[in-house]
Amino acid sequence: MATVIIPTPLRKFTENTARLETDADTVQSALRSLSEKYPDLRRHLFDDAGNIRPFLNIFVGEDDIRDRNQGETPLDSNAVLSIVPAIAGG
Amino acid sequence: MESYKNIQFSRAELARYDRHIIIPDFGMEAQQKLKAARVLVVGSGGLGSPLLLYLVAAGVGTIGIVEFDTVDDSNLQRQVLYGQEDVGRLKADAAKARLVSLNPHIDIELHHTRLTSENALDIVRQYDVVADGTDNFPTRYLVNDACVLAGKTNVYASIFQFEGQVSVFNYTNNAGETGPNYRDLYPVPPPPGLVPSCAEGGVLGVLPGIIGSMQASEVIKVVTGVGEPLSGRLFIFDALQFETRIFKIRRRSDNPLNGDNPSIRQLVDYEFFCGLKELKPVREITVEELLNWQTAGEQFQLIDVREPAEYESVNLGALLVPLSTVSEKQHHIARDRKVVIHCKSGARSARAIRELEDKFGFDNLYNLKGGITEYLRVTESVAS
Repeated sequence: MATVIIPTPLRKFTENTARLETDADTVQSALRSLSEKYPDLRRHLFDDAGNIRPFLNIFVGEDDIRDRNQGETPLDSNAVLSIVPAIAGG
Repeated sequence: MESYKNIQFSRAELARYDRHIIIPDFGMEAQQKLKAARVLVVGSGGLGSPLLLYLVAAGVGTIGIVEFDTVDDSNLQRQVLYGQEDVGRLKADAAKARLVSLNPHIDIELHHTRLTSENALDIVRQYDVVADGTDNFPTRYLVNDACVLAGKTNVYASIFQFEGQVSVFNYTNNAGETGPNYRDLYPVPPPPGLVPSCAEGGVLGVLPGIIGSMQASEVIKVVTGVGEPLSGRLFIFDALQFETRIFKIRRRSDNPLNGDNPSIRQLVDYEFFCGLKELKPVREITVEELLNWQTAGEQFQLIDVREPAEYESVNLGALLVPLSTVSEKQHHIARDRKVVIHCKSGARSARAIRELEDKFGFDNLYNLKGGITEYLRVTESVAS
């Protein structure tokens, strides 16, 4: 099972869950099943056309999925998927 | 920065910086580089407090502070640069008083202003390295763009609730290779309202102490050349889970500042870029409504703001007034009847309408929705 880490700003949509397990085998399907489980999260992850929002940074391990295969980036069973939105506080 | 070799220290300074100088990998040379350096700290709030305290204590020779705000009671839970007696004072003034008492051997330069698209390049160019401790997305993009355009390293940190991020942007290494910047990491700002500010969402008071100290450490590394700066990497810290992660970030070929086809050559309107400033909507008319006006014999003037070559290839018989000339030709535009303005798809005509309304007070202008493209699509589908 791969692990998904939810960042602080999005935890209000996941009943404060910080990390959860997924049996999805790609980034896209992991995020899809996440937004099925937490419907309020959907509009923060996907645009109307179903594409991953461009202001979200998604990393598998230490790699940005934009440098891998975007939403098709595979997740193996010990992969860690991090969602990293911009924060601006100072 | 080349002049650091001539930097001398007084006996008092040597005593003060002794614990730096005796570190074998730091030594006198790094301390000289610190004294020769000019560092700009943008924002003297949560991150700015530890940043300034440590940079001043470390002996950075000249430190600029950009800050327009005053000290508020709600700042004191984390902005450890200030005391109760400073409430109501200008932060920059209160900061300088505290910092001078911490280290009288350095210079503090105050910029009592908000960093704006108009002043950012002038200010940033006076310094060697910039540390961004601001608190909103428009200023984050502004600091980044100014640093890239001015060729300065931007030591970045940000915080929210229990989470912090650190990176070093636009850093050029000894081999002359420049690393990624903020726009490589975040090409698009989040929509307004998704990520609340610390004023709305709160922040654990000690978090800027942790993250701002790391930022200070990166500034010192960049200035002295000691160690490996956090360039091409993003560090994140989650205080709640006590978890740290480091991600790789790379330059993007589509970066509008320094990618393959740069489109940003000067600072822009960052409030607008971040969706915080709404453009005034323009009145619109659909192709169907326009056709109805024509059938009903409604009196109106039709203006095309595209370029002559586009007009030549296909037009609706409108008066041609290219967008760049609308102000000088505004007297050709009717005031006594409705005016429909079009371009190819509706964007340039909307700009023309805003310009004419703002500058000349027109109140009879309509934007053709979808432009000539939509007009041709509708009329062809009617014909067939």
